[in-house]
Parts: sequence; structure tokens; C-alpha cells
Amino acid sequence: MAELHPDNPYAKDRFADPSKAVEFPPEARKRFEHILTRYPSKEAALLPTLHLAQETWGWISPETVHYVSELLDLSPANVFGVVSFYNMYNQKPVGKYHLQVCTNLSCMINRAYDIYEGLCEKLHVKPGGTTPDGLYTVTEVECLGSCGTAPVVQINNDYHENMSVEEMDALLPKLK
Amino acid sequence: MEPIKVLTANIDKPNSTAIDTYLQSGGYERARKALTTMTPDAIIQLVKDSELRGRGGAGFPTGSKWGFVPKNAPRPTYLLCNADESEPGTFKDRVIIEKDPHLLIESMIITGFAIGSNPMSYIYIRGEFHYGATVLEKALAEARAKGFLGKGVFGTSFDFDITVARGAGAYICGEETGLIESIEGHRGQPRVKPPFPAIIGAFGGPTVVQNVETLACVPLIVENGAEWFKSFGSPKNTGPKLYCISGAINKPGVYEFPLGVNLKELIYEHCGGIPGGRKLKAVIPGGASAPMLLPHEIDLPLNFDAVMKAGSMLGSAAIIVIDDSMCIVDAVWRLAKFFAHESCGQCTPCREGTNWIETVLDRIERGGGVPEDIPLLMDMPENITGRSLCALGDAACGPVLSSIHKFTDEFRYHIEHKSCLPETKRYRRLDFASGH
Repeated sequence: MAELHPDNPYAKDRFADPSKAVEFPPEARKRFEHILTRYPSKEAALLPTLHLAQETWGWISPETVHYVSELLDLSPANVFGVVSFYNMYNQKPVGKYHLQVCTNLSCMINRAYDIYEGLCEKLHVKPGGTTPDGLYTVTEVECLGSCGTAPVVQINNDYHENMSVEEMDALLPKLK
Repeated sequence: MEPIKVLTANIDKPNSTAIDTYLQSGGYERARKALTTMTPDAIIQLVKDSELRGRGGAGFPTGSKWGFVPKNAPRPTYLLCNADESEPGTFKDRVIIEKDPHLLIESMIITGFAIGSNPMSYIYIRGEFHYGATVLEKALAEARAKGFLGKGVFGTSFDFDITVARGAGAYICGEETGLIESIEGHRGQPRVKPPFPAIIGAFGGPTVVQNVETLACVPLIVENGAEWFKSFGSPKNTGPKLYCISGAINKPGVYEFPLGVNLKELIYEHCGGIPGGRKLKAVIPGGASAPMLLPHEIDLPLNFDAVMKAGSMLGSAAIIVIDDSMCIVDAVWRLAKFFAHESCGQCTPCREGTNWIETVLDRIERGGGVPEDIPLLMDMPENITGRSLCALGDAACGPVLSSIHKFTDEFRYHIEHKSCLPETKRYRRLDFASGH
């Protein structure tokens, strides 16, 4: 059988591997139980549960999709459909620092592409790619709602506003 | 017109997010007044009288929206706060969320009471606003500790609480039915209307979805009355308003004015004009979805009706300023790329159309355009507008159509000379593949 493109939903590494099965550690499990109390249906808890899973494991693996689908009595296909619809759920592992550069119009006018292209070149990664040491992932993202302090780079959860190529260069060595 | 401090009255105070700071300025007294001395119908009538219109983009009369909610629906009524601020150029709700979260909570208590909400309501905040979600969680815990949320609010029989629901990076979830789908745990694909959310919305119950800034007006109306609210702005365009200004501008940021500040005055007098001695090329007055205005068109009051009369829309009052050094084809391409990326994929005209618009604009930018591309781009919106369930398809056409009509010569030059107009440039490198 011909090899499938890794983005193909039927590619091998998109199927859950039983030997890699996951389970929430007790603290996360407690938070999951709390989430359930805040919604009128189990299904409605899907987005916050996926956020919790990503916080726990860094990305949403096929095994996580299966685990979450069992927790919430949903089909894995349903869960995967939601994971792939929303931008913030990482379908592949990302670096320790996820550098998300907004390049929408207001940031673009304030030279966001220089930052973004500079990062890709300096770190020798393709757009969306991760450095081999697993430290950085560089992603171009849509408007982050910080246009008054453009350009903005979101690093993991934190906004870095009024950025420039120079400031990015100065910041990068501190992210270890 | 001078800037005002009404919605933003608290944001500069030290420790503005703490409940004690908020209580010192009469915080939660408006909610107490509404719940203990007013009936839900009286609150709805008051908001109708104030002529408050939604600040999220559509400008729909808020009181009327609440009035549509049926009294004895078979399923519980929901109040959802739309804090999914993702329209490019918009960053006003974030100010309220991050600097004055209790104003939002108080407004939801009043609104929830007015529409007969069930004991659980939600603030749907975009996933990227991690800090904002933390601020809200902390404020909610403070409000619960004081008994402002929970069972029997202010000694009445009204039970009410709020949950922060985080989005996960999808512009379409700012559309009200997309937001409802997302709250229910689905992909954020908008629904067919009717039934409108006020009749059947979240979990099958009547639902009111309201923008952060709209809600923030409610406690002020309860405190000061409808006439006071109408003293800002002009008839049918009333109240204080937050304007977001960004792009090629000396002093970007959020400015508060009575609804209807003059756009030219805002750019040149309050925001310091265009940096680097460059000239104004175009202004987007209401977020990425709004058609562009040319420099000679900007002497107009920024209210719902005047901007619509000028052929654009106030939208979320997100003003993006474009200067004369920017290639207009590239600017429009960036907006088109946004809509192509954010189309939910449900309706064919939008899913395919937004991608084609992006492809054709990119082709022109790269020097591969042909003269037929101009009529092609003009023709495409006709096959998208009004042919999809929600307004995203229409929105995608706004900047494209307006720019082609207003900058036809620049588009032609680009196609003929396979390069940008002299003295304009693109702000990206063409050898870079798109990261999406």
C-alpha cells in the first residue's frame, strides 16, 4: 500500500496506539470533574476538556482523542472533528516555546512579517515547524486582538506587545 | 469633540480589577437597585428607551432583542456574553475584561435578571485571551464570596452564576449561532435562522448573546437613566462608545467618545495623524469586514447610520489606517487570506469563494495577474453575498469590492507592470510559503 501523507486523516500516526494510552493525572481529573458541573450536558464540556488535555500533554494526540471521547461519551470522530476545527488545539507536538506571530493587517503594517520571516530563518524552521531540539515552534496566526500594540507575538499563553525584530532577537536567548 | 471616561471610568484606577476598588465607586449598587426595585419588564423598557444598540458589529437594538425572549419557554433561557473579540482591528472588549471585570459581571447579573436567565450563564472568551480569562475567574470568585452570584442574589429569589468558557481560536465563534454551537461543544458552524436564538438558542432554550461593551452599558443606564444615556451621541445612535484605532497611526489605542466622533478629527487631532510624514491612503472604519473609505470620504461622524450611508459600516468600531506606502493589493490580500482561513467550510459559496478571492489577489501580487482578473474579482462577491448562512461570506467581500472600485488604477498597474505602484511596497516576502 502506498504511503499516506501525514496530514491524511487515515495516515497511520493518526490512529490511536493502545500502548500509548493516556489518562488524566489526579489533579487534572479533579478539574475535569469540576468542568462537568458547569455545563448542562457532557458534550458541552468538550472544549474545556480538550484545553485541559492540551495543558496536561502539550498537544492532542490520537490517544487523547480516544480518551476524551470515552470520558464524554462521544465518538472519536466527533472529538477529532472539533479538534481539527479549532486552531488552538495542536494536532502535532509543539516546542517548549510556541512563538505565534500575528500577521493580520494592523500587525503587518507594523512590520510583523519581518519578525515572522526572521524567526523562521534564524531558527531554520519552515512555517509551523519546530526546531530539532524541541525548543521552538514558529506559527503565523490570525488577529490576536492586540492591534493597538502591534505587532504582537504570543509565546505560549503570554502576549508580547509592541514587538520589533530587535526585541524579538533580544528575547529569544532568554527562552531556554 | 472631547474624549470621555464613562465606560472606561475605572480602568486607570490602581488595582482596578479588585472588587473593593469597584465597590468604592458604587459597584454592584446598580445590580442591587435593578433586582430589588425593578421588574424585568421595567429593565427591558429602560434599555429600549435608551436606544442602546449592540456594540459587537450589527448594531441591533438591545432592548428589542431582550423583548423577543418568550416568557414561558419549555427550556431554560440562557445569557451568553460574547467576548470572542476576533474581528481584525478590534481590541476594545479586552480593556473591559482585563481592567474592569466587575463591570461586566454586574451587567450580566442585571441582564440575566431582565431576560429571566437560568442560574448558569457563560462568558465566551476567545481562547487566546488567557490573561483575560484568569482576570475574570478571579473576579467571579470575589463576586461569589460577596454573595453577588449564587443562590438568591441580593436577597431575591433570583439564582445566578457565570462560567468562563474559553474558545479555541475560531473567528466564526463570534457569530452568535456559531458561538452557541461552540458552547454546546461542537464545531462553531453557524445555524440556519430562523429560529432566531431568542426563541431557540443554546441547549434548545431562548438565548441572548450580547457583546461585552453592550453589556457594560447596562449598569450605567440603570444608574443614570435612559435620558442621560441618550445625551451622548445623536438619535438612534446613542451612548458612549469605545473606538479602537490601529495600523499606520501615531497614537494607536482605545479611545472613548460619545457615539459619533468625526473620523477625520479622530485620526488627525486625537491620534496624532500618520507616522513618518506619510499620507493617508485608506481607512477601514469598522473592522476587516467593513468596506474601505478614501481620504476625501472620512469627514463623517462614526455612528451606525452615518457610516452606513457612506457605504461602509461601523461594525465593531475598529479603525485600521492604511498609509500611502502600502501596496493596496497586498493589504487586501491579507484580509482575504484571513477570511479564507476563517470560513467554517459549511456553505460552498463562502468556503470556495473566499479561497478564490485570496488566490486571485495573491496571483496579482506575484505579477501573474491578467486583465480579466479585475472583472473576475468584481464578479465573485455577487456569487457569495447573501448566499451563505452567516455574514462571513458577505464580510469577506467588503474590503475586496471596495478596494477594487476605489483603487482600480492601482490594480491595473499591478497587472500590467507585474509590480507594485511606484513608492508603494508589500510588507512580506513572496518566497515565503503561507504558514496556515
